[in-house]
Amino acid sequence: MTQALQDLGDYIAAALSQEVLSAQLLSDELVIIVRGAAIQRVMTFLRDDANCQFKQVMDITAVDYPEREQRFEVVYNLLSLKHNQRIRVKVNTDEDTPVPTITGIYSAADWFEREVWDMFGVTFADHPDLRRILTDYGFEGHPLRKDFPLTGFVERRYDDEQKRVVYEPVKLTQDFRNFDFLSPWEGMLPGDEKAGKGE
Amino acid sequence: MAEAQIKNYSINFGPQHPAAHGVMRLVLEMSGEVVDRADAHIGLLHRGTEKLIEYKTYMQAVPYFDRLDYVCPMNQEHAFCLAAEKLLGIKAPERAQYIRVLYDEIGRITNHLLNTTSFALDVGAMTPMLYGFEEREKLMEFYERISGARLHAAFCRVGGVAADMPAGLAEDILAWTETFPKVLDTIESLLNENRIFKQRTVDIGIVSAQEALDWGFSGPNLRASGFSWDLRKSQPYAVYDQLDFDIPVGKHGDCYDRYNVRIEEIKQSLRIMRQCIEKMPSGPVRVDDRKIAAPPRAEMKSSMEALIHHFKLFTEGFHVPAGETYTVIETPKGEFGVYLVSDGSNRPYRCKIRPPAFAHLQGIDFMSRGHMLADVVANIGSIDIVFGEIDR
Repeated sequence: MTQALQDLGDYIAAALSQEVLSAQLLSDELVIIVRGAAIQRVMTFLRDDANCQFKQVMDITAVDYPEREQRFEVVYNLLSLKHNQRIRVKVNTDEDTPVPTITGIYSAADWFEREVWDMFGVTFADHPDLRRILTDYGFEGHPLRKDFPLTGFVERRYDDEQKRVVYEPVKLTQDFRNFDFLSPWEGMLPGDEKAGKGE
Repeated sequence: MAEAQIKNYSINFGPQHPAAHGVMRLVLEMSGEVVDRADAHIGLLHRGTEKLIEYKTYMQAVPYFDRLDYVCPMNQEHAFCLAAEKLLGIKAPERAQYIRVLYDEIGRITNHLLNTTSFALDVGAMTPMLYGFEEREKLMEFYERISGARLHAAFCRVGGVAADMPAGLAEDILAWTETFPKVLDTIESLLNENRIFKQRTVDIGIVSAQEALDWGFSGPNLRASGFSWDLRKSQPYAVYDQLDFDIPVGKHGDCYDRYNVRIEEIKQSLRIMRQCIEKMPSGPVRVDDRKIAAPPRAEMKSSMEALIHHFKLFTEGFHVPAGETYTVIETPKGEFGVYLVSDGSNRPYRCKIRPPAFAHLQGIDFMSRGHMLADVVANIGSIDIVFGEIDR
């Protein structure tokens, strides 16, 4: 299984040498990183090539790494029923650079891309209907970004005078407590010869 | 008589409608009684599960998975535990795996019982619901006896399960698998050849094989469209490769096929449950690694080290090596995936949950086009959606 995935990764990297930046196995799962602008060509190839046949996109998500220059990693998980294989395709992007949509290749990508836009603020160029999907009507911000606080910015309550639900800035009666449980003993002591060796 | 001019109009279906199976707002554009477009507004039950998990240790993250698809809670805990175990490079002991599989199948039956009978209720048959819920309650009791909770079990642990099965439980489950088929027969006799039920479901909401692939369908909905694809068989996890069961496959991909696939899956689940109880070995139910699994209570009374391990595990938690994995299992609704990214600390860096019903609900638009308004209800019932997992 592992060898077959390795071969597939080499095959894809060779066939799409212009588009694929890297192809490797991470904990027995094939991961390829591609150039963002070429995602449509890569997806079409993965769907239609006889050795790939990844007919289903099972999941599209993103991961936020604020310290990177291109902070978002858009992750596509594809599945091939024919060859019983999975592949993970990754694209790096930042807040301003849109990723071409793949809704024309996989219809299922529609809602998944909307979710990524909603949660991370990654835009998808030429998406037919890029609205928010999970958050409230009129919500501002992108909650799954690492710089979005867990408590959010607004809270809502029913106002008895106005007879409607109103939004107000979050007021915490107690500060949000983020305990640091990480052991201060690991790798901290000067002259600690065990530091860094791990167990 | 002059032909009346019919104007297109849109109606709101939900957000509070008994046939929406939760809080969904469906904006339907109608021309007369026929649906032109169905625009589902979801997210009314969004609780920010993925964000919350980023702020919790791996052990504290488990109960959130109960609250996704609250109809079959333990299946999803299983998925998360498998993902974390993969990154840790450990495997749960065999007895724990059998207990997980046994309860996965109990979850599958509770889910299918709820779905098929409430689907029947949606299209006008009330009685199956009453039978189904009585049996479901018995399964809830099995949940309660092993975990202490009827619904939100929080029973799986990374590296095993929380506790061993109490004495007598296996025998009672086995006894239930003997009596249940009779009830299932009753439910089937009420529906399978029921004229009204068939008129409401046969050839309604047909999903062709090509469409099922294109829209990312999985689980019973994919199988109803003719694919013999089940992750328990094709990408076996836990002990499914040692168990003998069949995969029911539909032909037409309509609502009736989806119902039939689920009923047949219940019967296969019964087979799996019997085999699990029969083959279940004795032994530990948690890995013997004090850095990951808590020591037994008795040991803590006398051992200082055990006490320290316990304290560290329940405050700091365990550290998971940096890495990422997309781990999937076959939950009753389809492919449930956990995309877990670890940065080497005690909390997940990112935990994306791939709910099967999210993709299925997306298909409601193409499934409903050209159908009558009443068929939208049948379609929603047949694709088996629960908003806990769609909205997360």
